[in-house]
Amino acid sequence: MHFEVYRYNPDTDAEPTMQAFDVEVERGMMLRDVLLQIKEKDESFAFRHSCGEGVCGSDGVNVNGSNHLACITPVAEFREPVVIRPFPGRPVIRDLVVDMSDFYAQYQAVDPWLKRKDPVPEQESLQTPEQRARLDGLWECIMCGCCSTSCPSFWWNPDKFLGPQALLTAWRFLADSRDQGGEERLDALDGPYKLFRCHTIMNCVEACPKHLNPTEAIGHIRNLMLKKSV
Amino acid sequence: MTLIRKNFDVLIIGAGGAGLNAAVQLAGADLRVAVVSKVFPTRSHTVAAQGGVNAALGNVDEDKWHWHMFDTVKGSDYLGDQDAIEFMCREAIPTVYELEHNGVPFSRLDNGRIYQRPFGGQSRHFGKEQATRTCAAADRTGHAILHTLYQQNLKARSHFFTEYFAIDLLQDQEGGVTGALVMDISSGEPMVLNARATLLATGGCGQVFRTTSNAHINTGDGMAMALRAGVPLQDMEFFQFHPTGVAGRGMLITEASRGEGGYLINKEGERFMERYAPSAKDLASRDVVARAIVTEVREGRGCGPNGDHVLLKVDHLGEETVARRLPGIRETSKIFVGIDPAFEPIPVYPTAHYVMGGIPSDRFGRVVAPARHGPEEVVPGLYAAGECACVSVHGANRLGGNSLLDILVFGRLSGLDILDYLEEHPRHGQTDSASEEKAMARFQRFDREGDGIPVAELRAELQKVMEDHAGVFRTEEIMQEGLDRMRSIRDRLDEVRLKDRSRTFNTARVEAFELENLVDVGLSIVTSALHRQESRGAHSRPDFPERDDRNWMRHSLYFLEDDRLDYKPVRTRPLSVDSFPPKERVY
Repeated sequence: MHFEVYRYNPDTDAEPTMQAFDVEVERGMMLRDVLLQIKEKDESFAFRHSCGEGVCGSDGVNVNGSNHLACITPVAEFREPVVIRPFPGRPVIRDLVVDMSDFYAQYQAVDPWLKRKDPVPEQESLQTPEQRARLDGLWECIMCGCCSTSCPSFWWNPDKFLGPQALLTAWRFLADSRDQGGEERLDALDGPYKLFRCHTIMNCVEACPKHLNPTEAIGHIRNLMLKKSV
Repeated sequence: MTLIRKNFDVLIIGAGGAGLNAAVQLAGADLRVAVVSKVFPTRSHTVAAQGGVNAALGNVDEDKWHWHMFDTVKGSDYLGDQDAIEFMCREAIPTVYELEHNGVPFSRLDNGRIYQRPFGGQSRHFGKEQATRTCAAADRTGHAILHTLYQQNLKARSHFFTEYFAIDLLQDQEGGVTGALVMDISSGEPMVLNARATLLATGGCGQVFRTTSNAHINTGDGMAMALRAGVPLQDMEFFQFHPTGVAGRGMLITEASRGEGGYLINKEGERFMERYAPSAKDLASRDVVARAIVTEVREGRGCGPNGDHVLLKVDHLGEETVARRLPGIRETSKIFVGIDPAFEPIPVYPTAHYVMGGIPSDRFGRVVAPARHGPEEVVPGLYAAGECACVSVHGANRLGGNSLLDILVFGRLSGLDILDYLEEHPRHGQTDSASEEKAMARFQRFDREGDGIPVAELRAELQKVMEDHAGVFRTEEIMQEGLDRMRSIRDRLDEVRLKDRSRTFNTARVEAFELENLVDVGLSIVTSALHRQESRGAHSRPDFPERDDRNWMRHSLYFLEDDRLDYKPVRTRPLSVDSFPPKERVY
């Protein structure tokens, strides 16, 4: 198959270029396998990757205009030429490696930890299977960034709009029966940007390699806010 | 180039479960703590742990830490240190409660308590009926724990050096550790981090094998740094092959699939584990099941057109159970094999998974090595925890669910012991200039110009040699050839050259450093394995098929210098209960 790959090394290149590669694609081959083969041909090609099975979230890239996690994306499904670029809207460090600082800062901004006011019990705090089931589809997020970097609202305001990943995380804690930070969490999300810049474009849902639904989570938070203001 | 130098009280290298749990303990104190990780913390390999963490909570059946201890000692094939094992099994219970309090989304039982499932090698009443001890968040327990620990560190405002690669430890004239030389991957610049205490929490080294469940990052960096600092590696011949990797690819299919009621079949449709482990069957210890699968395939009862794997059935459990309890491996099977395990069996074969050996440490996380006064003298300023360490709680074979437990318990204890150590050592040590020069020489090594061997070529050769010569079954002849070939690879390391010597985010340079680490660690494995003339746990020798307690109930210590081996006794005396004397190990 024919691939065109974004190349940019600030040490040596004045500007980015697209480099063509032909890679023999075998059955069951993932996009990461292709990237590894390209790296064998040209060791200067840089991209992040690690687990190879879709759990560490390192190897998100943009292919033919949409974001994918390379290690669990079969190449056969793409139309040629397969154009591989870094995540859109992020500063490029080198080749497919982008600076994700804003993304991580927004995650941190939602206080992504369990808040408890009561003293902890001696054993585990109890949670029914039904209460626990509300967290399914939320806690599995691997922070790959495919969602937030496919979101136009995040492209324009990465420092003000929290983005789908951070908002999914915010809802993960709001939805947890053990969490006692509800009020302050909602107060912190108030204002025109942090939450309300979501225009339900739903690129995030499309992009999520773990089939999670940040748009739905954002809807839940909006409903809670409405209830609170009534 | 002026070398940037920074002073910290504590340096933690590695941000998986062990490193992060240590950092949390230190965050409350008024200390400067640096956590160095070559990847963003939630990309650490703890994230991939699936099945769960063992603790005798007794949420399903009556359970006792003492039974957990017995299983762990037996599982270790009596090579584990019983003081450390007792300690870990007792600490397991408050450790899991603490995780829950910190937000880990454990699956739940109907009564609201933490969900527990049966796992291999676990029993009640000292070897009688199957125990239900493994606490789980579906089959993504490591992900749940790692993310929660990262969140706790954000709350505590720990200081991270993300995407920094540790080059080598720095030492004073007496060998005490004074910090490390690291490289900012993004800029390619070196930096000296001085610290009063340094914790190695760099994880495993599965990348020494070609077929492995381990991530690209699991290259034994901390182990190799310890070796180069003169510290030996303990029990490196004991490498766990997980019975159920995806055939031909190596990614993990959790033991929980058998814990939930799944079983293995050969091409005749036979539940062959009944022959190898009449009582525990598919939930025998991992070494036993891995050997059974390899034996079935070698004797012609493998499945598929090439007869090179067996099948793991979970489809009889029903789609609902598979979806609720095993969603992760269902997804993995669909993506990589194109089958849905709720309806079809999964092709599996053993995959290199976990190193029982590592940097010798005591139960406080302190690194101990032979010195003037005995075999276990503390190396000042150096700690190790998690898979890179060898406490030893796993001995010759680790039980499923004890790995998350190990990193959590000993990560935490390292953090706490470092607090004490700092009280007694208020000042930074003086780094010996020779030590810093040596580290800088390693850092600059791949600046050399000219043509040479590419990193990828030598790494592929190493992984093949290790797979062929240090696998599930090992004989003198096979291992001797493996050692010779590994030494030849070491000789050729000097001819490795980079074509790309640029600075910014040069992953080729990182992989070159990692290759050096893999070579040192690989040599420790084959050298230790060749000399251990018995079969024990994961170390299985057809030419020495029996366990030999008289000569070999002792820990191996491999030193980089001259590939030298030394030995030290197993600590058979627990802290408060009677010792479990070695017995025949049947399941």
